[in-house]
Amino acid sequence: MSDVPPRYTQAVLNRKAARKMAYKPAGVSATGRNARRFAIRLWAVRQSRALEWFYQRFANVFLLLHPMWKAVGYQRAETPVKFVEKHVKGFLFDCRMCGQCVLSSTGMSCPMNCPKQLRNGPCGGVRANGNCEVEPDMPCVWVQAWSGAQAMRGRDMILDVQKPVDQSLRETSSWLRVTAKAAAEREAAKTGAPQ
Amino acid sequence: MNQIDSFDPSEPLEPQPGHSSYGRLERILRRGEFAVTAELNPPDSANPQDVYERAAIFDGWVDGINAVDASGANAHMSSVGICALLSRMGYASILQISCRDKNRIAIQGDVLGAAAMGVQNVMCLTGDGVQAGDQPGAKPVFDLDCMSLLETVRIMRDNSKFLSGRKLTTPPAVFLGAAINPFAPPHDFRPYRLAKKIAAGAQFVQSQYCYDVPMFKSYMQQVRDMGLDEECFILCGVGPLASARTARWMRSNVPGVHIPDHIIERLEGAQNQKAEGKQICIDIINEVKEIEGVSGIHVMAYRQEEFVAEIVHESGVLKGRRPWTKETTAVDELVAARMEEILEEPKLLPHELAGAASDADQPE
Repeated sequence: MSDVPPRYTQAVLNRKAARKMAYKPAGVSATGRNARRFAIRLWAVRQSRALEWFYQRFANVFLLLHPMWKAVGYQRAETPVKFVEKHVKGFLFDCRMCGQCVLSSTGMSCPMNCPKQLRNGPCGGVRANGNCEVEPDMPCVWVQAWSGAQAMRGRDMILDVQKPVDQSLRETSSWLRVTAKAAAEREAAKTGAPQ
Repeated sequence: MNQIDSFDPSEPLEPQPGHSSYGRLERILRRGEFAVTAELNPPDSANPQDVYERAAIFDGWVDGINAVDASGANAHMSSVGICALLSRMGYASILQISCRDKNRIAIQGDVLGAAAMGVQNVMCLTGDGVQAGDQPGAKPVFDLDCMSLLETVRIMRDNSKFLSGRKLTTPPAVFLGAAINPFAPPHDFRPYRLAKKIAAGAQFVQSQYCYDVPMFKSYMQQVRDMGLDEECFILCGVGPLASARTARWMRSNVPGVHIPDHIIERLEGAQNQKAEGKQICIDIINEVKEIEGVSGIHVMAYRQEEFVAEIVHESGVLKGRRPWTKETTAVDELVAARMEEILEEPKLLPHELAGAASDADQPE
């Protein structure tokens, strides 16, 4: 093997290519670039109490529909429900479809929009104006989460330690999973056999 | 031989009741002493001597040495490597693990590997974003966050299991640490976040650079009101500023550093900015050490490591206590005695000997 390094390393080639690029897109990460609709997201955080109220009713309706989900089959219901969930939550919260929704414990501010995807609170890099360390133009999702949580009835849920994200559940419906789990718990309680 | 084997600085200490590690840092803190830790500037080299030289500056002045994990998202020697070298020499190393570069599989393996090499203290961090470093094109991993990382290591230690539930034959006996930043918004959430970290397993915390003492005091007031200072050891981060220009640069470029204007004005007004920076650091330490609930300081003197001893000495935080120092061992003495012998002996170079042998063999 030659001791002399190659004349063109990958870094050199990259630098040359960068010079030829017509423009550099705004933002520094894909997370920030995908999430430009701050207005709706921030509105959702301001309405956190109303959304919490609505979601509780909505979850109950879903649970009432459990016999229907079972008849159709949860597997088969997954695709249409996921489609609706993805677009509704995508519009309101810039949802990333992690499949394990924690919006109720994060003040209706989606933690997956954090460039570091923190699920347990803000990192130490939050700027003095409350913006993100990585995306200077984006309001820190955890500063938002904290203010949103203050208005909610379950405001202490933000203090629970969240488990790491199960990446194998990405792009699945969180609504159906929560419903199936609640239904299983209800049945277990009915039969008296601890699940 | 037996005399040499009997003393090994890298040997873990005797286990003590209620302690989770066999290290010196935990002992000092649990004894109620005011602890001092420092941050080692990681070398950009593959030479172990670079690590030893950088650690020797702190000798006899600190109770623990932090080995940073690619701080500021710049690649340096790995923290596991540095800690392994340090613990080999007997230093109490603090292994920093950041979630930016490794997923949960790699992190759990590293914790076991480090503990096997004698690392007694692990500090769990989220890590700066990749945009902060010289390779912004790198993939940010952030598989775990600092909270779930703390919990993962605690589960490994206390339940002797991986995150998956698979059993460990020997759990890593480590003292768990975390970082706090009382100087970043949302300020009223910060004490609760510390409570969360304690719930996740933090036993000691080191803070970000403290230049705003009143802000730190109000944070500590909240922490005391919640009773958190009884549940974990809080070390306040301090560091000298080299100049007003550095201070301005740090404020705008290093994530999470808060430097009030009056500090920068004081630096600018000084004749010798470097000396003034050191004096500011000592003044802050003197204020901070009086705050109830502060168990120690963490000195981060980046590229000014030679000042750490002076700062610790002049602030008098050790109160005459002398932290562990690397002592000359029987091995060192033996080597020193052998040295002269080695130098006096004529050098026998194998290839010359071989040449001489072949010359002798050659028939004339």
